[in-house]
Amino acid sequence: MIPLIHSPLSACLTLLAAWGLLGLAGLLRPRSLRLAGRTLFPLGALCGVALALVALLALFSPVEQRTLLLGLPDLPMHMRLDPLASVFLFLLGIVSAGISVFAAGYFRRGPGTPPGLLCLQYHLFLASMGLVLLADDAYTFMVAWEVMALSSYFLVTTQHALAEIRRAGFIYLLIAHLGATCVLLSFGVMQGGSWQFTFDAMRAAHLTAPWASAAFLLALAGFGAKAGLAPLHVWLPEAHPAAPSPVSALMSGVMLKTAVYGMLRVSFDLLGHPQWWWGLVPLALGLFTALFGAVFAAVQTDMKRLLAWSSIENLGIIFGALGLALVFRESGMLALASLALIALLYHSLNHACIKSLLFLGTGAVLHSTGERSLGRLGGLIHRMPWVAWLTLIGALALSGLPPLNGFISEWLLLQAFLFAHEVPRPFVNMLLPLGAALLALAAALAAYVMVKFFGVTFLGQPREAALARARDAGILERIGLVWLALACLALALLPTQIITALRPVLMELGGVAVSGTSPWWLLAPVPGRQVSYAPLVFLLVIVMTVLVTALAMRLFYHHRTRLARAWDCGFGALTARMQDTAEGFGQPIRHIFSSFFMMTRELPSPFDRSPHYRVVVHDRIWQTLYLPLTSVVQRATDSVAWLQRGRIAAYLLYSFVTLVVLLALML
Amino acid sequence: MTPMALITQLLQIVSALAAAPLFIGWVNQCRAWLGNRSAPSVWLPYRSLRKLFHKEAVIAEGASPLFRVTPYVVFGAMTLAAAIIPSMGTRLPLTLAADAIALVGLLATARVFQSLAAIDIGTAFGTLGARREMMVGFLAEPALLMVIFVASLISATTALPAIAESLATRSFGLYPSLAFTAVAFTMVLLAENARIPIDNPATHLELTMIHEAQLLEYSARHLALMEWAAALKLFNYACIGFALFVPWGVSTRAGGPAALFASIPLLALKLMVAGAALAVIETVSAKLRVFRAPEFLGFAFVFAVLGLLVHLLLGA
Repeated sequence: MIPLIHSPLSACLTLLAAWGLLGLAGLLRPRSLRLAGRTLFPLGALCGVALALVALLALFSPVEQRTLLLGLPDLPMHMRLDPLASVFLFLLGIVSAGISVFAAGYFRRGPGTPPGLLCLQYHLFLASMGLVLLADDAYTFMVAWEVMALSSYFLVTTQHALAEIRRAGFIYLLIAHLGATCVLLSFGVMQGGSWQFTFDAMRAAHLTAPWASAAFLLALAGFGAKAGLAPLHVWLPEAHPAAPSPVSALMSGVMLKTAVYGMLRVSFDLLGHPQWWWGLVPLALGLFTALFGAVFAAVQTDMKRLLAWSSIENLGIIFGALGLALVFRESGMLALASLALIALLYHSLNHACIKSLLFLGTGAVLHSTGERSLGRLGGLIHRMPWVAWLTLIGALALSGLPPLNGFISEWLLLQAFLFAHEVPRPFVNMLLPLGAALLALAAALAAYVMVKFFGVTFLGQPREAALARARDAGILERIGLVWLALACLALALLPTQIITALRPVLMELGGVAVSGTSPWWLLAPVPGRQVSYAPLVFLLVIVMTVLVTALAMRLFYHHRTRLARAWDCGFGALTARMQDTAEGFGQPIRHIFSSFFMMTRELPSPFDRSPHYRVVVHDRIWQTLYLPLTSVVQRATDSVAWLQRGRIAAYLLYSFVTLVVLLALML
Repeated sequence: MTPMALITQLLQIVSALAAAPLFIGWVNQCRAWLGNRSAPSVWLPYRSLRKLFHKEAVIAEGASPLFRVTPYVVFGAMTLAAAIIPSMGTRLPLTLAADAIALVGLLATARVFQSLAAIDIGTAFGTLGARREMMVGFLAEPALLMVIFVASLISATTALPAIAESLATRSFGLYPSLAFTAVAFTMVLLAENARIPIDNPATHLELTMIHEAQLLEYSARHLALMEWAAALKLFNYACIGFALFVPWGVSTRAGGPAALFASIPLLALKLMVAGAALAVIETVSAKLRVFRAPEFLGFAFVFAVLGLLVHLLLGA
């Protein structure tokens, strides 16, 4: 082992191979929960921690390249470990460690894929994501990209006995391949006639402006499909809830970030000759997606689907930041491009930790109650305090509230938007600051969504009698949740250190280092401006005020407290059914943003003996884009279906005619 | 950190905590006068706080620890907010920790905790109030952020003391963008502080209340803290307004102790005028139906964005 690990790159590859081996080991006894759950998943978590450490080391090491003796003849696999890849490997390692520990306690006996096979798919998924980040040629990248898509497809369809899950898996696979095709075509354009598919060749290629733009747009379509950018987001709210919760966490937390990585790699590293308008496309698409995702998240009634829509929102914000960084770079404002890039990377790290934490929280709830629908939950903070309080950290962080981590990236991005009017392009510089308005709206909606999510699931009275039997998460699950919550807190309280650590990435992507002259507790990222934020002081002041107030209460007044029934304006007959439901909580949003939705409502008539109310909200995009598209495809296939007669004579005739035509051509 | 900065900081926190109930009392008195009623004493809010602090707290059986912690968190958040808004002086050490955007986030933190606590008991009114509060909040927050954006663009910083200083020391002139944002800010202030036309602080009419519905289950010291925090919130909003639109008289970095003490009566004067203006607005307008609230706040948002566009077009 020792000679293998003489450099960060070899260490990374060894760890990825270890993940693969752990997966294969699961096949030794595929039905054994003890082997897969209690042994292999914790070992996988250790690999994750090791990977994070190695990636951290690699962040400050020089770029390392290597050609492996694997792959097809004449097509060896090229590997490269640079700061950009290191950051995302770090993210993969940290987040997957928490998820793997959780998964060790999560998978139980039941229908669906046996644990050993699940272990193989899970670890292949992890290893392929790592390989995507390390790949240095288009072949390796595409192979890893496809393994990632396929292994996650099998993980999504774990409960393949259910028709809706098979459908979700199908849509996922379809759009994943649509995206992969676009990425492949983009690489095809980027090699620029050299027919060398290494990334080095692409960096050296000289593309004309239209071809470079085509490559950029193809990459945006391909990676945007993976990231859930509108209008290619339709798979995401189907596939993420369908998967088991640790897999949902991994897909939302990490897999979506590989798309961000891919887009960064293409637009900042591989593609030369940028056009000034490139940044505007991801900026507009991203901010629209952010608002769209937030609005839809607010009306969901299934807790995992709600989180999936919220992922769409956050990836929208990340792509918006990417667009802004591109706009700044093209205008020569490198310091500001760096600021937007920091916001982008920070938000990626934030979202990875927070969303994994929340998905794992829903997994614990799902396990102990068997319910995903928000309409049948409630009051779980009493039954599951560990899960509830840890999820609260995630919910507050995702709402973008200071002093938690979600706020920092939004703050950085808003600071970047404050300079957008200085972009030297007429009209564009007027429109860009409006992006900040959209961002603010999406961020404010995120808080609404999280209050709904946390309030309806964990607070109030239990809406079903069965919830009284809910039990808190097991010890392994708790460790996983605590790990991710600690990661969130570290991101929240140490922004200066993290931003300093991101400096090599900025240098690599052609930015400039953001000045680090401020004291360690103060985040002051904009050089020359009096702008600062200190989360530690912020937290300390609030905590101190709370303590002083509580102490003063104790000292100066009595501390008598009595428990009684809820007052509720003197209304006596309070039942759990009178609480606001998830539908009720979504009602203002349905009202305000009604043009976003296709709503079908069943309202009871006043004379109904057994009245029922139902409201279903659909995505307009299905009606306006996908259904027409499928009907066109259907008609096209119908029009050639007459060829398929099902008679052997007809097929023989086709073969004969083909032969004759070919012969005629040849002669 | 100079002693002068420390004094300014402490003076500002203490005076905000002490004066916030008085401000509420003043607004209530003005409202009573305008409504041709005999006015309650301006000291009434203090008396009710004292009464509440001495009572025994009654807590609903289904309450979680979150419910008990929330009054302290909300109160703490409002105190920090009072510390970072330059109402008397701009030499505030704590403003390094939080700029204007963080201030908006801080107010949102208080709002989210309050809504979660309202959901916690599981009553119909509490959840209804929480939902409405969040609806008002998510519309008001971007509008407020846009208002602050415009001020930040004018003064090239998001640090509140620097904004106040640069606006206070600029040459006097009409800033059309600030006029737009002032309208937007006033609308946000009304909505966020549960004033007419969005909410009525004087009633407990179940079907229309927003803020009060969330406090229904609180009693005694918890209720006192929530009421005090609400008073502080109104006080803070007024001071944000002063810092952005009428920053004159704030003691700046250059000013000594004399300037700091001169700023106190000036602040009192501004508060009296603002309180009277608030009472006038509340008296002449009628409460809107809850579903007209989005339109109202949509207007606020559009006004703020218009202010932004005007600033970018005219550079003023």
